[in-house]
Amino acid sequence: MERHFEKDLNELKERLLWMGGLAERAVHQAVQAVLNADEQIAQRVLAEETAINEMQIEIDDRVVHVLALHQLMAVDLRFVLAVSRINNDLERIGDQAVNIAQAAQRILRHPRVKPYVDLPKMSEIVEGMMRDALNALVRRDVVLAQSVLSRDDQVDNLRDQIFRELLTYMMGDSSVVYPAFDLILMAKNLERIGDHATNIAEDVIYFVQGRDVRHPAVDRR
Amino acid sequence: MPSTANSSVSLAAGLPASPGRELAGEHSMRMNISKLNFYYGEKQVLFDISLGVAAARLTALIGPSGCGKSTLLRTLNRMHETVRNARLDGEITLDGQSIFLQDVTQFRRRIGMVFQKPNPFPKSIFDNVAYGPRINGASRPLSDVVEASLRRAALWDEVKDQLHKSAYELSGGQQQRLCIARALAVEPEVLLLDEPCSALDPISTAKVEELLVQLKSSCTIVIVTHNMQQAARVSDFTAFLLNGSLIEFSPTPQLFTTPADSRTEAYITGRFG
Repeated sequence: MERHFEKDLNELKERLLWMGGLAERAVHQAVQAVLNADEQIAQRVLAEETAINEMQIEIDDRVVHVLALHQLMAVDLRFVLAVSRINNDLERIGDQAVNIAQAAQRILRHPRVKPYVDLPKMSEIVEGMMRDALNALVRRDVVLAQSVLSRDDQVDNLRDQIFRELLTYMMGDSSVVYPAFDLILMAKNLERIGDHATNIAEDVIYFVQGRDVRHPAVDRR
Repeated sequence: MPSTANSSVSLAAGLPASPGRELAGEHSMRMNISKLNFYYGEKQVLFDISLGVAAARLTALIGPSGCGKSTLLRTLNRMHETVRNARLDGEITLDGQSIFLQDVTQFRRRIGMVFQKPNPFPKSIFDNVAYGPRINGASRPLSDVVEASLRRAALWDEVKDQLHKSAYELSGGQQQRLCIARALAVEPEVLLLDEPCSALDPISTAKVEELLVQLKSSCTIVIVTHNMQQAARVSDFTAFLLNGSLIEFSPTPQLFTTPADSRTEAYITGRFG
């Protein structure tokens, strides 16, 4: 039976995926601005941030509308709650992309500290996590969502490795302190984006199975 | 420095339990239904139903039309015995004693019932509420019993100056609360309600729901409702019936957020019924 609010739920999902696309694009471009030393791409990320913020507000309005008009239950209720949380995570991902783009602008004023090896690796994993978390939402794929969770440790390890390596450079040559520090911040931003992708994957599992996999140490009886 | 786990325990102490954490099995049962099968003539309408009705809690029975929820409710005060050709097997107990081994009149004094349509007697407001205690012999002055019952039914303030007016002069919502007051006047241990709000407007419905939430701490309540949102708002435990079978029985927050059975999910999300 076609339910009259199905259209509202489908539109909500489409909007969220559109916003996910914007956030993915922002992250990809911000990272490329650093790796390819491209000031113009960094500018574009800053200019496009407004679109993500506007989308966050529109999705929030739609969530309130759906909750107010349709007394949703079970999987429908979990879906709308998940959308609301994912909406916040995507907006925060957009903010992190902006941080990276601003760091890129500062980094570009200095000679390259070192060849980038771990940063491209880290960004590839993080972008993959974002993509798969959103694909898991579309396909209701819990296995794919779980695989996103399992990649979070790799990202944390790379962040630590990048920090240690750049610290060595900073101790050896004080002239690289500013760009190296910005690269450390960039690794931190990427790690946070990975955390947001992890949150999205956890929300997908909650939506599909009703299982709350956040904070396993908390007693839920 | 205390550990995080200890801190969280002490910080949470004194907070009310989270919704949905209470399980029916952890609660003392006022009534128990065990392997209940019910037949109208040759037609079986309830199949092997087993569930417990927790004391001082509100249990809701939901399901599509014809699923057997009203029939199940009516077996709880043996009303099915008034229907020719109706029979059942299985067991229902009240405080551990079979309800079928008790004198039916005595037994029904312990179980109040409120129906879909308000059905006040063609008497005054006072006499409607006083009717049961008068027959049963009240231990307190009737005026005290009437006032206490009307207060419990959240109707006293609206009718205290017109107790001798005909009950028919009340609005539908007031009449339904009067029927609840009438049921409460004999101090039942269990209150059964069969779609008590289906004939009421939204404001009267809200008043009756508020009343049920207040009453459930002092009275065990079982309600049959078509309105799933109502079940979600007022009940502690919900049973979902389909085609005469009990599909799922869970704490209400759990049933409406993470139902275990796909049929429950399909029904409560409006995919059928």
